[in-house]
Amino acid sequence: MNVTLKIWRQKNANDKGKFETYEMKDINTHMSFLELVDVLNEKLEQEGKEPVHFDHDCREGICGSCAMYINGRPHGPQKGTTACQLHMRHFKDGETIVVEPWRAKAFPVIKDLMVDRTAFDRIIQAGGYVSVNTGGVPDANEIPVPKEMADEAFNAAACIACGACVAACKNASAMLFVSAKISQLALLPQGQVEREQRAERMIAQMDAEGFGACSNTGACSAECPKDIDMANIARMNREFLKAKVGSSQIEVK
Amino acid sequence: MNLDSKVPEGAISEKWTKHKFNLKLVNPANKRKYDIIVVGTGLAGASAAASLAELGYNVKAFCFQDSPRRAHSIAAQGGINAAKNYQNDGDSVFRLFYDTVKGGDYRSREANVYRLAEVSVNIIDQCVAQGVPFAREYGGLLANRSFGGAQVSRTFYARGQTGQQLLLGAYGALSRQIANGKVKMYSRTEMLDLVMVDGKARGIVVRNLLTGEIESHSGHAVILATGGYGNVFFLSTNAMGSNATAAWRAHKKGALFANPCYTQIHPTCIPVSGEYQSKLTLMSESLRNDGRVWVPKKKGDDRAPKDIPENERDYYLERKYPSFGNLVPRDVASRNAKAVCDEGRGVGKTGLAVYLDFADAIKRDGESLISAKYGNLFEMYEKITGDDPYKTPMMIYPAVHYTMGGLWVDYNLMTNIPGLYSLGECNFSDHGANRLGASALMQGLADGYFVIPYTIGDYLAGISYDKIPTTHEAFKTAENQVKERVKKLISIKGTQTVDQLHKKLGRVMWDKCGMSRTEEGLKEAREEVKKIKQEFWNDVKVLGTDEELNQTLEKASRLADFIELGALMIEDALNRNESAGGHFREEYQTPEGEAKRDDENYSYVAAWGYEGDNVAEKLHKESLVFENVKLTQRSYK
Repeated sequence: MNVTLKIWRQKNANDKGKFETYEMKDINTHMSFLELVDVLNEKLEQEGKEPVHFDHDCREGICGSCAMYINGRPHGPQKGTTACQLHMRHFKDGETIVVEPWRAKAFPVIKDLMVDRTAFDRIIQAGGYVSVNTGGVPDANEIPVPKEMADEAFNAAACIACGACVAACKNASAMLFVSAKISQLALLPQGQVEREQRAERMIAQMDAEGFGACSNTGACSAECPKDIDMANIARMNREFLKAKVGSSQIEVK
Repeated sequence: MNLDSKVPEGAISEKWTKHKFNLKLVNPANKRKYDIIVVGTGLAGASAAASLAELGYNVKAFCFQDSPRRAHSIAAQGGINAAKNYQNDGDSVFRLFYDTVKGGDYRSREANVYRLAEVSVNIIDQCVAQGVPFAREYGGLLANRSFGGAQVSRTFYARGQTGQQLLLGAYGALSRQIANGKVKMYSRTEMLDLVMVDGKARGIVVRNLLTGEIESHSGHAVILATGGYGNVFFLSTNAMGSNATAAWRAHKKGALFANPCYTQIHPTCIPVSGEYQSKLTLMSESLRNDGRVWVPKKKGDDRAPKDIPENERDYYLERKYPSFGNLVPRDVASRNAKAVCDEGRGVGKTGLAVYLDFADAIKRDGESLISAKYGNLFEMYEKITGDDPYKTPMMIYPAVHYTMGGLWVDYNLMTNIPGLYSLGECNFSDHGANRLGASALMQGLADGYFVIPYTIGDYLAGISYDKIPTTHEAFKTAENQVKERVKKLISIKGTQTVDQLHKKLGRVMWDKCGMSRTEEGLKEAREEVKKIKQEFWNDVKVLGTDEELNQTLEKASRLADFIELGALMIEDALNRNESAGGHFREEYQTPEGEAKRDDENYSYVAAWGYEGDNVAEKLHKESLVFENVKLTQRSYK
């Protein structure tokens, strides 16, 4: 098949950036979208032109590195699929495909399709963990966890922190990402001790990073490659309210 | 050189306990006087960095990804072993130890493997306490499944995303220490050299991948936890960025590289479909719990699988290995898949695939139960191939997955360079010539959470607190060498792209140093790799500059190291005149076509020493002693 690629090229954060058009001929439909970009890059390099820079690593849909709008949608048109797992068989012959980086204040562009997502790391550092030291923990089966709870915690924990939720949201809200971690740990007995503090701190950090507010349009969940549920946002809001109203923590910073 | 493994005296079950008592301790108040560098933030690196910071050491952690959470450990699917015996099916520390030594075809170090089995029990406790959502039974207790090479159910899992959940647990622990200020995290940073002062590892030189700046970092000890080197083959199940550079540069500074030729070929990967292919995707081995592997009995039978009647199918693993069936270890399953394809009975367009069929399991257990167990894997398969495995069998073929070779380490996980440690896949110690399923995650976390925190203190207690400034001559020399090398890569301006050359190397390595090797093929490969090295340094094309983000430069720099490592893998494979696990020399096989070891002559670790550019590496041997597991021909019949 043949396709036309319109890709956002931007040399660095200070560059204005613009779209470049590339014609791609005789594409194998079994190819993944990132492999299509590889093929383009190989061609560009042979012509002595700099390749398109993009983040990618595992190419198995799990590391969360790859991130790009494809035809105006984070990770492209296929539901529940990362860009690396999107295959050319889902495009039409002769189609024009537009490729852009994530757009959000908290995700500044680095080069071409690469953006800086370290804001997510700082949110986790604010409390997205259970504070246990190594060793000296109880036997794993000493605290039973109902299967339904473990499964639901897993559903939330499946988030890969790619940032598609932020990119999909008109407010660039990070609530789906943050709520997934808060939910996972709020559902498990191990996460109880720090539950209130965690919600308060992570949400405070999210705001400090410049992410917008949630207006419940659900684009985040619809575009999430891991199908993380909007119910997590509701759960996060409850956690936050409970922390604010009934917090045993007098002062958290 | 004297390779002292420092394995403690005494009964195997007592060694670690006694050793821990004998190790010197660092007073808590003094721990803050020591700086430790950790390179790599996968299971081994993140758990080590977090644990050492908890103890009070100052840790600097480095990764080339944008976030430590994206290390390739995240992609491990199936599970992690632990000798908990929660299933009451006869498991024990000794049995896990026994299975692992046997699975590694008696080429791993007994004492290390026993310790791994021993601490496996603590790993599960630790991860559960961190909030890792392992699979549970309805009563609330942990669920288990079985994996290749074992007859007990000792594998703990979190759907098909176990590596992700374990890594996020370790990343959480690491994040907590970053927030506490005890770990300083450097992401998008790549180690390009090791710095030694007075014969000890005292720091590293790195390249900031965003700005291209070359920087030095000084410490009292350096830990490499940088994973495996499967990308030597170009196509592998490794992440695109996985590389050998940090370990290889340490090797060039004197760290011995052990058993480089031991590459694990994983039997259940999605087959190659075309030239453009960038990587291979693994389907969890747990699929072989319920999936049945088969090919047509007749050569060249190109009917659709549903049109091939039962009596014209060959369930070759069940036929040849009745007691383990589809759950034979990875090397056995891989070789058998290759053999039936070589016979002309492979399926699919290329003939390089076998079926993994769930029809019987779905008939027996129902689609919903199969979907609960493997749903995400089935989805992934459908996404990649466009075929629905609920309706038609999957097609699978072996692929390069995990490398058992790595830097040589002693019982304390220290390389032969004082102060340089190597953890997880980056070292050689635990897996022998083959790795059983669900054992890599176990080793990464064992090393990081439960071994290095004890053993590193013993070394640090014996050296002074004095810090070496990065203005020291040794740092400056290393920085200059790194800068020159980067400039050189940019200046070649040849005609071949990095990927073109990498694919050439990969093709030679896969054809001649891959699933099976011959003396003749290896000798040819030796010459071909020599030629590729010349082509690389005369004709590679790297665009852009070194003073900015430059992904082509990153790839070129890694490929230069892969080429040299590839040459060493070939030497190692040539030296080992026997077959063992993942190393299959066609000249050495039993009449049934199984790997035939030569314990008399090759029961050693081959630890190679760098002697200079284009000079043959020197072979050092550590004899392997098996006091607790009797050396026998591995049989899974």
